[in-house]
This record gives sequence, C-alpha cells and structure tokens, in this order.
Amino acid sequence: MSDTTTDSKSPLLIDRVVIRFAGDSGDGMQLAGDRFTTTSALLGNDLATFPDFPAEIRAPAGTLAGVSAFQVHISDHAISTPGDSPNVLVAMNPAALRANIDALPKGATLIANVDAFDERSLTKAGYDSNPLGDGSLSAFTVYEVPMTSITTEVSRDAGVKPRDAERSKNFFALGLICWLYTRPIEATLQWIEERYASKPLVQEANKRAFKAGFHFGETAELFESSYEVRPASLAPGEYVNVTGNTAVAWGLIAASERSGLPLFLGTYPITPASDILHELSKHKQFGVRTFQAEDEISGIGAALGAAFGGALGVTTTSGPGVDLKSETLGLAISLELPLVLLDIQRGGPSTGLPTKTEQADLLHAMYGRHGEAPLPIVAARTPSHCFEAAIEAVRIAVKYRTPVILLSDGYLANGSEPWRIPDIDGLPLIDPGFASQPNHDEADGKRTFWPYVRDDETLARPWAPPGLAGLEHRIGGLEKADGSGNVSYDGANHERMTRLRAAKIAGIASDIPPTDVDDEDGAEVLVVGWGSTFGAISAGVQRVRARGHRVAHAHLVHLNPFPADLGHVLGRYPRVLVPEVNLGQLSRLIRAEFLVDAVSFTQVQGVPFRAAAMETAILEQIAVAGNGATSPSPGTTPIGAGAGTSTEGTG
Amino acid sequence: MTDLAERSANGTEGGSPVPATTRKDWSSDQEVRWCPGCGDYSILAAVQMLMPDLGVRRENTVFLSGIGCAARFPYYMNTYGMHSIHGRAPAIATGLATTRPDLDVWVVSGDGDALSIGGNHLIHALRRNVNITILVFNNQIYGLTKGQYSPTSEVAKVTKSTPFGSLEQPFNPLSLALGAEAGFVARTHDMDRKHMMETFRRANAHKGASFVEIYQNCNVFNDGAFEQITGKDHRTDMLIPLVHGEPIRFGPQGEHGVVMQRDGSVEVVEVVEVGESALLVHDEHRDNPGLAFQLSRLSRGPYEPTPIGVLRDVDRPEYGEGMAEQIETAVERRGVGDLHALLRSGSTWTVT
Ligand code: SF4
Repeated sequence: MSDTTTDSKSPLLIDRVVIRFAGDSGDGMQLAGDRFTTTSALLGNDLATFPDFPAEIRAPAGTLAGVSAFQVHISDHAISTPGDSPNVLVAMNPAALRANIDALPKGATLIANVDAFDERSLTKAGYDSNPLGDGSLSAFTVYEVPMTSITTEVSRDAGVKPRDAERSKNFFALGLICWLYTRPIEATLQWIEERYASKPLVQEANKRAFKAGFHFGETAELFESSYEVRPASLAPGEYVNVTGNTAVAWGLIAASERSGLPLFLGTYPITPASDILHELSKHKQFGVRTFQAEDEISGIGAALGAAFGGALGVTTTSGPGVDLKSETLGLAISLELPLVLLDIQRGGPSTGLPTKTEQADLLHAMYGRHGEAPLPIVAARTPSHCFEAAIEAVRIAVKYRTPVILLSDGYLANGSEPWRIPDIDGLPLIDPGFASQPNHDEADGKRTFWPYVRDDETLARPWAPPGLAGLEHRIGGLEKADGSGNVSYDGANHERMTRLRAAKIAGIASDIPPTDVDDEDGAEVLVVGWGSTFGAISAGVQRVRARGHRVAHAHLVHLNPFPADLGHVLGRYPRVLVPEVNLGQLSRLIRAEFLVDAVSFTQVQGVPFRAAAMETAILEQIAVAGNGATSPSPGTTPIGAGAGTSTEGTG
Repeated sequence: MTDLAERSANGTEGGSPVPATTRKDWSSDQEVRWCPGCGDYSILAAVQMLMPDLGVRRENTVFLSGIGCAARFPYYMNTYGMHSIHGRAPAIATGLATTRPDLDVWVVSGDGDALSIGGNHLIHALRRNVNITILVFNNQIYGLTKGQYSPTSEVAKVTKSTPFGSLEQPFNPLSLALGAEAGFVARTHDMDRKHMMETFRRANAHKGASFVEIYQNCNVFNDGAFEQITGKDHRTDMLIPLVHGEPIRFGPQGEHGVVMQRDGSVEVVEVVEVGESALLVHDEHRDNPGLAFQLSRLSRGPYEPTPIGVLRDVDRPEYGEGMAEQIETAVERRGVGDLHALLRSGSTWTVT
C-alpha cells in the first residue's frame, strides 16, 4: 500500500491494497469478501481473490480449525495474484487473528472485533493473554472495533432477537471496509434487499449492520483517513467478475452452442467441483441436461452413454473421483468417443485437503490408466481462462473422438477476476462431423459401415450416433480390428491399433498454437509453468524485471501433447525453472521428453505460490546462469521443508 | 442444437412406415461364441425373433452390455450396440436413454455384472425409472472367469473359489429390484421361448425401467441349476405362472394354488383344501409392491415351486421425460438460451 496523495479531507489515493476477511466458518466471511469484490469490480479495479476455508461446514466455533478467510487484492493497474500478504486483516475473533497473524507483514493494519476477545474465546484460540492488550501486536496498526455490540444494538428495535442480530456482524465489517476504501454502498444494499427478500427481519438486520459499519468509519474518528483505489486501465469492453467454476460452466455451454451438440453433464458432488454442477443445472434453457449420479463411476458412464448417442458428454470431479473415473476413461479411449473430464484438483492423496488447492494430478491425467491409454490434457491458467480452456477441451474431444482431461484446481475454481466478455461470434465453431453414410466396400460390392476407418489427417474415426439406417455397428472395450472394428485378439493388429491411438493423440500437436512465450531478448532463464501458477509466475517475473534482470515465461495450456515447438523453445535458454504446486510433475515430463535439465521449484501447502517466493527462485536461477554454471544447485530444499528448488531425478 | 432424433428421421427411411423385417435382419454377421449348449443361445434367439414383431427400426435400437458371457450379446444383434465395462451398462444406458428418448435401449447383463460389481448402478437406474429394458441372465455362477460363485449362488456352493462352500446369503434378484422401486419386474427362463418372448415384449412396452430375470443354464460351470423347475417334466408342477387378474394356481390340473396368510406372507396350498375362492388373484398393477415382494420370495430357490411371469407392472414418471420437461419449461419461461445474456448474468461494467 503506497501513498501517492495526501489531503486532510479527501481519501488518500493508493494504487492497490490486499484485504483479508477472517472469522469463524459460520461468520459469513466468504460472503463479505465476495460482496467487497463485486463492489470493487463494478468500480473498475483490477482484482484477484483467494477464498480459503476449512473442509468442515461448521468446524467447532472459535477454534483455529474453523477459521475461514477470504483474501482480495484490488488495484488501479493490472495484477495477477491475490497478493502475497494482506495489508489489512479483519479478524472477527481471536482464532481468526491467531490463524492469520503470521501472514501479516510489519506495519499492516489489523481491525479486530474486540467484543469477541473474551477469556473463553482467547483460551479456545490458544492465547494465554489477550494480544490486544499485551503489546504483542505493536508491529501493527490495530483498530479495536466493537462489531458485535454495535451490530446487536442497531437492530434492537427492529424486532430481531439479539442472537439473530449478531449474525449480521459480517455486514458490519463489510460496511466498515467499504467506508475505509471508499466503496459505494448502494449496490450492496440493493443486493441485501433482493437476497433476503423472503426474510424481512434478516434483511433489515443486515442492512442496519452494513450501514452501521459504514457510518462507524465515518464518525468514530478512529481512522485517520479513508483510502481510494482508482479504476484500473483495463482494455475497453464489457467486464464481469467470474470464478473459475462459473467460467468453465459457461465455457461448456458456449461449446455446446458452437457445436450444436446438446450438453450432458454426468457427475457426483465433490469439493471443489460441485459448483459447476450447480451452475449448469440453472441453465436448462440451453438444453443442458445435468445428471447427479449415484457415484463418480456412473457420472462418467452416463456422460459416455450420452456421447455415444451424439451429445456433448462431460463429467466433473476432483481428488478421489478422478481415480474412480479411470476405468471409464480407458473405455472412452478404446471406443474413441468424445468426452470431457474436468478435474478440479485439490490436495491429495485420498481425501487429502478437499478445500485446498494443488496441481498434483498431472501425472495421473497423463498415465493414470492401465494399458497404453494416452489422452489429450488441457490446463486452465486463470479463473477466466477456464472459459476458453473448456471450449478448447471440447474442440479437441470432438475433432479427435477422444476423452480429454481439463485440469483446473481449487484456487482457480473459487478465485475470481474481472473478465472481458468475449465476442460470441469470435468463439471457435466446432463441427461434430457425424458420419452420414457407409464408408466401406465389402468383397461382394456391398457398401457397409466400418466404425474404425480413420480420417487420413486427424486419424479420428467416424462418430455415428444411433439413428441412421445402414450405419448400425457394435463397439466395445475389447481390442478392435483396424477398420472393421470387429473384436480382434490378433497381436499384430493390437500393436497397430495401440500405435494408431498414440499417433492420433500425438498428432494434435500440429493443431494447437505454438508455445506462448513472454520473452525478453537476452534472457537466460525460462520459467515454464502450467495451470494456476500463472498469476504467481507472472508477478514474480515482473518483480525480477523491475530489478533490471531479464527472464522469460512460457505457460503451457496444452500438456499432452505439448506444443510442437516446445523442445525448440526450451533449447533457447541455458536454464529452465519449473514451478509447480506438486513435487515436480511437469518438470519430470519435460526432462523425460526433451532431455532438458529443468530445475523443479515446488510447494504443496494447499495455497498458491507467493510472488515473492517466485521472485527469489527466479533470481537464484539468474545468478546461476550468470555464473555460467551448467548444473543446477541453489536453494535445494529437502522434502517437507516447504517451498524449495530441487533438481530431482538425476541425483 | 442438433436434434439427433430428427437427424435419424431425416435419414434414408425418414417418415416411411417401419419396414418389415425377419429374424435374419436382426442378426449380425458375427459368429456366436458361447459354449455349445449354453442357455444364452435360446435367449438370443428369442430376442432376435421378437424384434420383427415390435414395430421398431434397427437403427433406433441399441443393445448395451457390461462384462460377462451374457455381455457378448450386443455383438450378435444387427443394431447399434456397445459392449462396455463390468457392471456399468445401466449407467451408460442412463446417459443414452435420457438424451435420446427416440431410441429403444436394452441392457443385457448377468448375475455378477448386474448384482455384484454393477449393483449400485442397477438399483439407481431402477429407482430413477430410466426408460431401459434390463435383461439379467441369471446362471448363479461366474462363467467367463471359469466358475467362481456369484451373488446369486446358493449358500454352501462349492466352486473354485469356495472349495469349502460359499458362506454368503444370495440375492433374490426380484426382491432386490422391487426394493429398488422398479416399476416392471418379471421372471422367465431359457427353456421356454414363447414365455421369454412374451415377457420381453411386455418389458419393452413398459415405459421406464423394466427388470427381467432370466433363469439361464450355464452348462459348463453350473449345469442343471434350474433343471428341477424348468425341466420339461417338472414345469407344470414347479413353475407358477402369474397371470394378471387370475387366481394364482399351477399343477397339471391346477390343483396347487397360492394364498395370502394373515401376516401378509404367501404360501402354496392345495386348492381342494382351501377352496378356489381363497386363492390369491394376481394383480400386477398394485401400487404397493408388498404383494409382489411376497411373491418374489415364495420360493427359496430353484428347487421349490417358483413364480414366473410379470410380478409388477406399474406406471411411474419416467426419468428422461422429466428431464426433457424441465428443459421445455425453462425454454417457455426464459426463452431459448441466449449465450450473450448468459455471459452477462453477473454484475457487469464497461470500461471505455
Ligand atoms: S461359460 Fe456358461 S454361461 Fe458362459 S458361455 Fe459357457 S455355458 Fe454359457
């Protein structure tokens, strides 16, 4: 937060700020953060958000385990991450303070709900003495605000029971922060009115609390000044703030429209993918069918059945659900039918960290099936990019008659950013290219239909949904004779089919864009990323450049096959750094595929990388490159010691 | 949106009356590869002979299966078909039938495929009432994996995997289907082609999920499992034909019958002892499945008099139709989906 203007009356102009709302999981922090985000988006700020909540719906109140937080970064210029650390922490209780205080840099602002710092709550949070009084917070600017008591007080004569009125304190906090950062209140008041229309008492209490928070800032004379973050100079156009899960759902609908294929989603609820089901189930006017199956296996099975019938079959999942779908993915690879699996990655193995982000399913997506079973992999890199990535996954699936895995993750799924709404007519058209006639001459001169006759260019087989006379055919999971598709146990045929299936997927490389490199002449270090590390890597790269160094950044959307020129691109740089929120999966693929001595930089803490960590890692590589060293060495961190670079693999 | 049903109607035979076919038209050119003498042959024959009578088009007919001996069935039908993975056919069929209501979708399964590895998919397809016809070839053994006990094998069954006898209580497939809210539940057997054809016809005509158990002889691994009731010399004494609206009775002269006890259970009696009017009159259409459930448990195994025919045939809302209606309602209320509007359904702002 850097001051640029001072004036006693008007708000101080600042270029950006990172705010974290933290409270109990029942305190409505996600809602407060979300409303602040929307308000800021409408004001025209660039922004990025990071909701961070526990897996339990209502973990024990007042405990560290139950703390739910929402971090939002607003800015008057383009930004790519939700911010490394908050400038302002709103702590609704001692547990929220304790869980977040380590993230707070010296000099940051802390706004604490002083009413909640009673002895019981302090003990629950593990405090021996009250941090608000014992001097332990002297490094911060602390504002003690009686949020609970004011919130109950303002609703006293509204007929709301005090215990219910207290629930509105998140709106008080929101109101206060809206005043502090000069956000207009009308949109939120309007929203409260609509949202709680059926519960007039709750509606009234929330409105009063929100206004009370706003007025408190104005009148309490606690704060020296309010602040203002001006709109960012984004490219002209119409914008909307989207989360990754919303964007991916809209992308699927768009792909359905652009292909003419009715959308069928077969899925089973699982965190953090369920919101895609919720979103799609709202839009039946697009002919969308959503099927909440009895299990993960049925979800993908039904999607495959729909694809056999000529629909756009999609399944969504995460974590253990990906494992359960492997069997049907194998069948889809064998049947060579279009299918899209959206894996919204979360921490693993097993149930792992359901609400925390990770990118550790890449190798599973690549290899997690028995037999030689390749399939294309596409990865979204920002929340709004999920829209485009969904369309691309569908395009490849339909054109090449193959299941495609689209990788997103918990951070992209729940995080949001402003998105310039694209021109619909500019979206790619997808041609289902259904088979319409027999394609084979039998020895007796009869024209028949062979389901495994391939297109010369794409190697894709015909897609012939039931309904056309003369095209009746049977397909299955048994190996098929090349061409006729009849069951074949012949070894030579199996080898031929195995190589054909692999060649079909490998050939997609000629149908995807070349590697997108953000290059600088003379850069000696290339940072290669995929998925949600895009924001952190971009920010890290910017910081490094701001220090006067040169560095290049390539971010892969297509992970199988890789862009055709990737090997060439990698060869241009003496050093290649691969940051990932796993223990080094893309780095392994790159090393194996291109014999490049890629340095892996990894972290698996359930949160995205920080720009500062990225900056340090890049600087280390630049230093090594400058020394003319050829083998990586710096910053190797033992497994379990948090973020670290390692050279993995070669020892 | 591509209307695939329309596409098929616009196809080569669009609009014209369904052409007359014979059994041959419904048979594929693939060599049938079950063991000689397997009961599957007669089931295949019954289906192939029935199809010309149903007034449906080959191109609108789909046979889906999972894994097992029975699962080879689709390869032998000259229709669209898929031989999928173990137990999953009801799930795959759900996606197909709900997106393509114009198709006639059959699922061919066995006791292991439907009741063991695919049990979950089966019960939920029945519960949802997806418009599919499920044929379960019950031979009370695993054939394709060469002779392990199955979830319908009798207790103490000695097999390769149970040399000291199976410890497991078998499923009663009809009880299970009824418990899973199936609207159509029937049983037939591989020794009676006419009865099979009639049962399949009824099952296929039923809107929603239909469940048919077929007692099928695996002459290699469980030969004669049903011989005591389906053998030519035993049938009249051991099979209890269920006919809607008729008193339930059997035997060469109809001398045996079925009555309902005070406690709601059913029992085989001699008609002379109870009088004709005491006999239970079969009612397929009872909404309450209780009586059908009792009938499904009248016999403890294929060595006691066993009911065959349709136990239950009631109408319930069909799942795919419900899905289609929700789409129609949404279109009526909001108009056909507008992508431009969808992308602006959140709060938007303009940067100039
Ligand atoms: S193993 Fe049994 S069920 Fe399978 S084909 Fe042979 S006889 Fe038929």
